[in-house]
Amino acid sequence: MSAREDILTAVRRNVPRPAIPLPDVPSLFPLNQGKREGVLSSFRKQLEVMGGKSFEVADATAARVKITELFAAAKVVCSAVPEVPGTRRIKDVRNPHDLHDVEVGVIRSHLGVAEAGAVWLTQEDLVVNALGVLSQHLVVLLDPAVIVATMHDAYQRISLAASPYGLFMAGPSATGDIEGVIIHGAQGARSLTVLLVANHA
Amino acid sequence: MNVGLFVPCYIDAFFPEVGIATLELLEKLGCSVAYPVDQTCCGQPMANSGCQDDAAGAEAHFVDCFKDFDTVVGPSASCVNHVRYNLDAIDQTPATRKVRTITRELIEFLHDDLKVTAFPWATFQHKVGLHNSCSAVRKLGHVRPSELVYQPHFSKTEDLLKHVQGVEFIEIDRPDDCCGFGGSFCVTDEAVSAKMGYDRVQDFHRHGAEYIASADMSCLLHLKGVIDRLKLPMKVIHLAQIFNGGPL
Amino acid sequence: MTRAVDPEGRAERFIALEEHEATHDRLVWDMRQHRDQAVAAVPEWEELRELASQIKEHTLTHLDQYLEQFEQNATKLGTQVHWARDAEEHNAVVYDVLHGHGVKSLIKSKSMLQEECGLTPYLQRRGIEVTESDLGERIQQLSNEPPSHIVVPAIHKLRSDVAELFAKELGTDPKNSDPHYLTESMRNNARPRFLKADAGMTGANFAVAETGGFVVCTNEGNADIGASVPPLHIASIGIEKLVPRVRDLAVFIRMLSRSALGAPITQYTSHFHGPRRGGELHVVLVDNKRSERLGSPDFWHVLKCIRCGACMNTCPVYRRGGGLSYGATYSGPIGVILDPGFDLRKYRELPFHSSLCGSCTEVCPVKIDISEQIYTWRRVVIGNGLLTITKRVGMTALGTTLAHPTLFHAAESVGETTLKILPRAVLYNPLNPWGKHREMPTVPRQTFRHWYLENRRKL
Repeated sequence: MSAREDILTAVRRNVPRPAIPLPDVPSLFPLNQGKREGVLSSFRKQLEVMGGKSFEVADATAARVKITELFAAAKVVCSAVPEVPGTRRIKDVRNPHDLHDVEVGVIRSHLGVAEAGAVWLTQEDLVVNALGVLSQHLVVLLDPAVIVATMHDAYQRISLAASPYGLFMAGPSATGDIEGVIIHGAQGARSLTVLLVANHA
Repeated sequence: MNVGLFVPCYIDAFFPEVGIATLELLEKLGCSVAYPVDQTCCGQPMANSGCQDDAAGAEAHFVDCFKDFDTVVGPSASCVNHVRYNLDAIDQTPATRKVRTITRELIEFLHDDLKVTAFPWATFQHKVGLHNSCSAVRKLGHVRPSELVYQPHFSKTEDLLKHVQGVEFIEIDRPDDCCGFGGSFCVTDEAVSAKMGYDRVQDFHRHGAEYIASADMSCLLHLKGVIDRLKLPMKVIHLAQIFNGGPL
Repeated sequence: MTRAVDPEGRAERFIALEEHEATHDRLVWDMRQHRDQAVAAVPEWEELRELASQIKEHTLTHLDQYLEQFEQNATKLGTQVHWARDAEEHNAVVYDVLHGHGVKSLIKSKSMLQEECGLTPYLQRRGIEVTESDLGERIQQLSNEPPSHIVVPAIHKLRSDVAELFAKELGTDPKNSDPHYLTESMRNNARPRFLKADAGMTGANFAVAETGGFVVCTNEGNADIGASVPPLHIASIGIEKLVPRVRDLAVFIRMLSRSALGAPITQYTSHFHGPRRGGELHVVLVDNKRSERLGSPDFWHVLKCIRCGACMNTCPVYRRGGGLSYGATYSGPIGVILDPGFDLRKYRELPFHSSLCGSCTEVCPVKIDISEQIYTWRRVVIGNGLLTITKRVGMTALGTTLAHPTLFHAAESVGETTLKILPRAVLYNPLNPWGKHREMPTVPRQTFRHWYLENRRKL
C-alpha cells in the first residue's frame, strides 16, 4: 500500500464521530463602524504601526518625484510599474538572482487591507516574485479606492488560485527574535513605503 | 438551611481557624450546620497527580460522609472543583452523583445561594490584596478571567468583600497569574513553584498589601511560606475569617 | 529504555540564571499582554474563536475528503504532491526530491514539522548543507539547540548570549550586543546563502482544500526569499493543517498573529498556488501520528492547533522554566499535550510540569481544552505504570492515609509533633523540597476536628 493509501485509510478509520458541520462564516465584520474615510485612515495608521510609511501623491509624475526624493542615492531602482521607469525594468529580468543588487523595488498593488495595514502583491504585480523580497527597500503604489476594511473583505475580493504567488505585505521585514527588540529589515525589505495614488492605468 | 460542613484536609491539619470561621459564619447567616467528624479528604491530591486508584478510597469515603445532606459547603475552590467535575475514580452511584451536585464552595454559597449583602459584625481596616485561585477564576467561574477580554468584569469575592467595612482594595500588575501552589506540583516542580510564589508575593508587596486574602487556603499556605522566608511585612487571611469578623 | 526528560531539573537550572529567567518571564508576559490588547480591538473575538474551533472540528471530522480535495486541486495547479506516513518517510521523500535535483545547499524557513521529523540532521548526514533562514531558528541552529518557543525560537537567550554566539560563528564583534547590529550581521550572512541555495523549504500554516494552495506566515519574509529565489520549493505540511475554503482561511489569518504577538497579521502572509514562473513546487503531506491522535476521543482536539504560541506566552510554568525545559520540539502547554503522544516513556514527566492553572485553555484561539488534556495525560502516564517524580512522593501512601479516618488522624498527630520538635537544620534539608525556598507552615494548637469535638459535639 502506498503512503497515500495508508494515510487516507487511517484517517477514514479514525475520524471522530459525530461529524461536525461546517459553520457559516459571515461575509462582513465591521471595522471602526466602517466609513469610507475611516478605511483609508485606518490603513495608514496600521501600516505605520507595522513599521511602514505612506504618502499621498497626486499622480504618476508625483510618484516618480517622491521616489527620487526618498531614495536620492539609490543606483539600482527596479520597477514593475510601467509609469515608473526606474533604472531597470522588471520585464528585462530573467532570473531572480539578477535582482540581488536592487536597492529600491517599485510595484503596484491592487488591493489594500485596512485592519492589517497590508498590501496585496501577486506574481502578476511583481513579475518576478523575488522583487518583493530581495529589494533593500520597497515602494508600493496603491489606489486608495482599492482599500478594503478587513481580511474577510480582502479574501472575498481576490482570486486566490489565479496566481502562483500572492502576498499580503504589512510593513517591512521585521523580527523580535533577540530579546523581543523589534528590528525592521530582518531578511526582506528594510522599509516599505506606500504611495497612495489613483490608478488610471 | 441544613448544611454539611466540608473541612479540607489541610485546613483541618494546619488552619483550623478557617474551619472555625466558616462554621461560625454560616451559623451567623442562619444555617444549621453539621460537621461529619470522620471526614478526611476529597481525593484531590491523588487525583490531580493522575493517581485514580489512589484517589478512590478518599473519594468513596467523602461520598459516604456527605450523602445524606441537602447541601455541602466547603471553603476551598480547588476541592469543590474536584468534587463537582472530577470525582470519577469511583462508581457514579446515585449517592455519588448527588454529592457531586450538592457540594458548594463557600463564596458561591454566600454570593449565589444565600445572596449575602451585608456582614454587619465585620470590619477589616486594612489594605487587602485579593488573590483568587485559578480554580475559582477558571474552573468555578467566580471571577472574570483576564484572558476573556470581552467578558464584562465580575468578581464574586470582590462583591462580598465590599460589604466588609474598612477594606481597602489594592490593584496588582498580574491579577490572575497562578501563585504556583498547584498541589503536589509545589514539591515536584519546586523551583518553578517557588519562583511563581515569589513573583506573586512581590506583586502584592510592591503595591502595598498588608494582607493577602483569598478563598483558597492552599494558595495562601504556599504564599505564606514565601512571605515568611522573605520576612516581608504581610499576612495572609482566608475570606471566611474576614467575613466572620472574629479573632484572626 | 528511553531516558525520560526531566523538565523540573531543567527548569531549575534555567531559574538559577536570574537575569535570563527574569528577562524571559517579562518578554513572554509582554506577548500575552499584546495579545490582550489586540483582542480588545476585535469585538467579535469570541465569535471568531467559536468559528475557528468549529471550522477545525468540521475539517478534522471530514479530513479524508479535504485531503483528497486538496491533492486534486494542488495537482491541477502543477504542484507535485507527496505523502509520508512518519518522520523517517518524510525525510526520505524530501531527500529523494533534493537528490534528484542535485541539490547541494538548502535554505529553509521555520517549520515545526520539519523540526519534529529531525529533517536537518538527516539531510546534513547525507551531504546537504542546510541553513535556517529565520533569525531565531538560525541562532538555535548555531547553538545546537531546538527552538524554545514556536514563534520566537531564541527568546530564552539574552543579547549577550547572541553576541557571544555570533562572534564565534559569524565573526562579529563580541562586545557589541546591540540587537540591530546582530540582526544586520545575520542579514548579511544569510543573504549570500539565499542566493546560492539550490532549493528552499518551508512549512505551511494552512493548506486550503478549495484551492489546492497553502499559506506561510512569517515576519521576516524569509519563506518568500526561499520560495522566490531558488528554482525548487518544497513545503512540509502536517495533514491537520487543512482548512476547507478561502472564506475559512480569513478567520485564522485574523487570529494567528493577534494570538501570537498581538499584531493583526504577520508582516508576510504568503500564498502558494502551484510553481512560480521558472520554478518547481513540491508538497509533502505528513501524518506522523496525526491520524492516530484523530482516533483518540480525549486528545483529538489537539489537532486544531494553529501553532500560535499563545498558550506558552500565558503559561506561568513556561515563562519561569523556559522552553528548553520540555526537551522536545514542542514546548509549553501545547508541547505537554503533544509530546507524550510521540513518546510516552520519554515525555512522561511533562504533564506534571504544570500547575493546572487553566490559562492556556482560555487564550487558545481554537478552543483546545489544553488544561483538561494535561490532566488526562497524567492519568494516562500513571495508568501505564510509568514511574514519575510524583509517584515517588508517595501517592499510594497518601491515598491510603486519606481514605481512612483513623490513619488520617494518626498522621496528623505525627506530622504535628514532627513539625513542632524537629530542629530547623533537620527540617530544612535537601529531602524537603518545600523548605528550600519557603518556610514550613506553623502547627496549630489543635486540628479543626479536635476543636469541634471539644467545643461543639453534643454527646
